[in-house]
Amino acid sequence: MALSRTSHIVTAYGEELDQLADDLARMGGLVETQLEKAIAAVVRRDASIKPDIKAREAQVNALQVEVEKRVLRLFALRQPLATDLRMTISALKVATDLERVGDLAKNIAYRAGDLADYAPVALTQQVERLGAIVIKQLREVLDALSSADVEPAVRVWHSDDEVDERYNTLVREMLMSMTEDSGLVGPGVHILFVAKNLERIGDHATNIAEAVHFMVTASPLVEDGQA
Amino acid sequence: MTDTPLNPTPDLPIKVTARKVTVSYSGKQALHDVSIDIPDRSVTAFIGPSGCGKSTFLRCLNRMNDTIDGAVVGGSLTIDGQEINDKTIDPVVLRASVGMVFQKPNPFPKSIYDNVAYGPRIHGLALTRPELDEIVENALRKAGLWDEVSDRLNHPGTGLSGGQQQRLVIARAIAVNPEVILMDEPCSALDPIATARIEELIDELRENYCIIIVTHSMQQAARVSQHTAFFHMGHLVEYGPTEDIFTNPRDKRTQDYITGRFG
Repeated sequence: MALSRTSHIVTAYGEELDQLADDLARMGGLVETQLEKAIAAVVRRDASIKPDIKAREAQVNALQVEVEKRVLRLFALRQPLATDLRMTISALKVATDLERVGDLAKNIAYRAGDLADYAPVALTQQVERLGAIVIKQLREVLDALSSADVEPAVRVWHSDDEVDERYNTLVREMLMSMTEDSGLVGPGVHILFVAKNLERIGDHATNIAEAVHFMVTASPLVEDGQA
Repeated sequence: MTDTPLNPTPDLPIKVTARKVTVSYSGKQALHDVSIDIPDRSVTAFIGPSGCGKSTFLRCLNRMNDTIDGAVVGGSLTIDGQEINDKTIDPVVLRASVGMVFQKPNPFPKSIYDNVAYGPRIHGLALTRPELDEIVENALRKAGLWDEVSDRLNHPGTGLSGGQQQRLVIARAIAVNPEVILMDEPCSALDPIATARIEELIDELRENYCIIIVTHSMQQAARVSQHTAFFHMGHLVEYGPTEDIFTNPRDKRTQDYITGRFG
């Protein structure tokens, strides 16, 4: 995080904060790729990425443990204050959210395998579009985190409404399709779970946006912008 | 100063008011135009690097700068609305109502009893021996020392441990019914347990006194104070509720200082 990259008098302390930021950046990168691959697999109805996704998830989990250790250490040994305090607290929250996103991406990848058993479903396109928005959200909020930039974080926070709207539409249309054609119930359920997981990832991106806002401004992000 | 309010908690009554207080030592200005309102019945911490003016300002509050040759104090300083630099104010009387505790415990080379009784005797606060006994016991109780020394009041104060000596001088300050208690690095010579006891004592005393503490330990300022003022190069830079100063300081100089960055 940009905030920590300034000259602490105690060099080792500054380095520990930088390492925390680096861990988060690596976690974010892993989770982003995981999600991209999972959505692509759903679109292709491809079961083959399961082992890869699983390996990445193990890495993400290990990083989360590492972040927790670092935060605990910083509190116990450095007693961070002001921006350092807010950055450390935010790192802990963001790591929790990223771990959850990794989990959800894994679930999506697993659904890709299930969908391989069925013929292609037209609504997959809408899942792909929803996925593209959520990936964009995640990427933008991770960039906002690494550059400690509030404005894009607030934008991501507001864009969650669009995700919810698209998700609701997708659910409605899927239900209608399943009512008309009971043959769609099998793959439809998997599509619905994928959509639900994407919507949840959108929520985690929103949480991360809130953490970035708090980290930079020291105030919570509430309805009606920057307050 | 950054546009921080003079009084961080407007619902508390103000005890000490400073307006444009300046101090210079032999022509060299050590304090520049300090204006601040310090609330009663709470702990206000002064923090800042060495030479920032925090102790200089603290010493204005009981006119300790009067004792330094070449020190010139300007501006207005009032306690309960009374200008303390007024010529009619007797510094000795002032120092009874504004007690002070120093970095190194400085008990008189007298018994524990006489250390505490010293001020009340000078100021004629007790007419009889039982009255004086009561004042001494009360002060020692308030300072959290009574149970440890009640059976050896005639022993020398200097024979106590560092932490006990510091509580003894706090008892000595309390014995003359002060309004304000100034503490200049009161724990820097104490171990962590003795420090914790003094901090607990400060927390109890704030119910009845206006306490102002100068400390180099930011953790201590965070633990014991409700308000914190940050001084830098003779200026009061930022003043506010302690929680705000340590989680979200407004001024970059405060930020750099409390996070340990190069300013």
